[in-house]
Amino acid sequence: MGMTMTQKILAAHAGLDSVSAGQLILADIDLVLGNDVTTPVAVSEYKKLGLDKVFDKNKVAMVMDHFTPNKDIKAATQCKMCREFAGDMDIVNYFDVGDMGVEHAILPEKGLVVSGDVVIGADSHTCTYGALGAFSTGVGSTDMACGMATGKAWFKVPSAIKFELKGELQPNVYGKDVILHIIGMIGVDGALYKSMEFCGEGVHTLSVSERLCMANMAIEAGGKNGIFEVDDKTIEFIKEAGGKEPTIYKADDDAVYDETYVIDLSEIRPTVAFPHLPENTRTFDEIGEVKIDQVVIGSCTNGRLEDLVVAANILKGKKVKKGVRTIVIPATNKIYLDAMEMGLLKIFIEAGAIVSTPTCGPCLGGHMGILAEGERAVATTNRNFVGRMGHPKSEVYLASPAVAAASAITGKISSPEEVM
Amino acid sequence: MLFEGKVIKYGDNVDTDVIIPARYLNTIDKKELAAHCMEDLDATFVNRVEDGDIMVAGFNFGCGSSREHAPIAIKASGISLVIAKSFARIFYRNSINIGLPIIECPEAVDAISEGDKLKADMDAGVIYNLTTGDEYKAEPFPAFIQEIIATGGLIESIKAGKIK
Repeated sequence: MGMTMTQKILAAHAGLDSVSAGQLILADIDLVLGNDVTTPVAVSEYKKLGLDKVFDKNKVAMVMDHFTPNKDIKAATQCKMCREFAGDMDIVNYFDVGDMGVEHAILPEKGLVVSGDVVIGADSHTCTYGALGAFSTGVGSTDMACGMATGKAWFKVPSAIKFELKGELQPNVYGKDVILHIIGMIGVDGALYKSMEFCGEGVHTLSVSERLCMANMAIEAGGKNGIFEVDDKTIEFIKEAGGKEPTIYKADDDAVYDETYVIDLSEIRPTVAFPHLPENTRTFDEIGEVKIDQVVIGSCTNGRLEDLVVAANILKGKKVKKGVRTIVIPATNKIYLDAMEMGLLKIFIEAGAIVSTPTCGPCLGGHMGILAEGERAVATTNRNFVGRMGHPKSEVYLASPAVAAASAITGKISSPEEVM
Repeated sequence: MLFEGKVIKYGDNVDTDVIIPARYLNTIDKKELAAHCMEDLDATFVNRVEDGDIMVAGFNFGCGSSREHAPIAIKASGISLVIAKSFARIFYRNSINIGLPIIECPEAVDAISEGDKLKADMDAGVIYNLTTGDEYKAEPFPAFIQEIIATGGLIESIKAGKIK
């Protein structure tokens, strides 16, 4: 029986010729990741094992991104715990204030993940790296601890849903709209325990940045991983990032899928997910007037340079609506610097937005843009659960950087066409 | 493993952000996490939960963030078992890894009401509703997973030499 792309990667890492859905396997892992929220729990578990080193100091990454720069004493204490552990264990890929970025933006940027890798991360959006043709999935802190100790993780081999993309996106429509559309279609548990495999000619029309955004949100459909077919754009991206030689896996022609969806990219419209689930998607004919108090452009979903370019093109020479706090967060220091050199930061600041140092900050209601009771934000982030960005009675609307920028100008949820 | 307790019931898609809001993730102290468990969904939870209580919920329980603080907070609040129609996969994995007993049983969830008294036999996969006299059949975990949970989680199991 044929294997999916995910199954092939898992088989190779388990030393098996083939695997099938439902099989329990023990696989070698190429990278174990944690952040400043999940690593402290992992470190505390790790210490119980009494080990004095990790399985491979080059294959553990720690990124201080959630509550950094430290938002309070407790957060500072957690980062200190990570920093000391990374020092004790001689961990090479430890990223702190000054060289950090939002974890799922910085790892691909540094070439730390390549096609064919198996990556586990104590962060649910670890599924992002599927954009590069890797198998990557979110786990908890105990799995991180055991991964750091052994270099292995157990998996139940997932079945898959195939998304065959065709056509090309219309202007003002982005990868974010496609993935929101898909989550709206299959629901927040539509891909529970499964792989979401993206293939077809439409894939090649999407930039790697858009693929990263889409794979990032596979978890919002319950997916174990999201993964894209590897093409020239993937290879070029990895080369530029200085990554190791990628291994390309392709699904077998007779691979078995639980379901197949054909998505015509040209039919996707700008899409917004209403509170309080990413599946509550609407297109602009169903939105009406929704006034907003804040806009956040950033995160592991949409804080890459391409996203900032899109937002800057809309905000250039315009002003954000008075009273709409507009917060732009480049996802890494490199993106920040590139945006500065391209003049994007000037555009944002002149429009009345602020530009923050890289942080997950407001996305998870950590800091740098918390909402009060009754307030609404349009955010390019990935979750709009109750209380996600602050008060339990605040609201988050998920959208593309284009919709977010347009909404900042009008003060209500707006399509890019309204302001261009 | 046998559990007995009264039911605290919630709906579908209970996410880890409401189980333990991110604003409390600046600590790994179990008691502190438990003090804010379910806060954004049900502020009364922490005051009414009693040791041994059983949490019952709908589909996709524990969706969202990978924070292990979520099952840790539930376990530390006194909940002995979570019964749901389905679990989100990271939460499922984390619960086993930290030794929080969980079981999937859609039929039971539909029939059980808030406040019912339940007895659950995890080895046999049977849930008894002591209030209504009904019983529901669930798929028990395989023995090795039961053992991880009974030993107190993955790390404890590795230390105890039960997993090599």
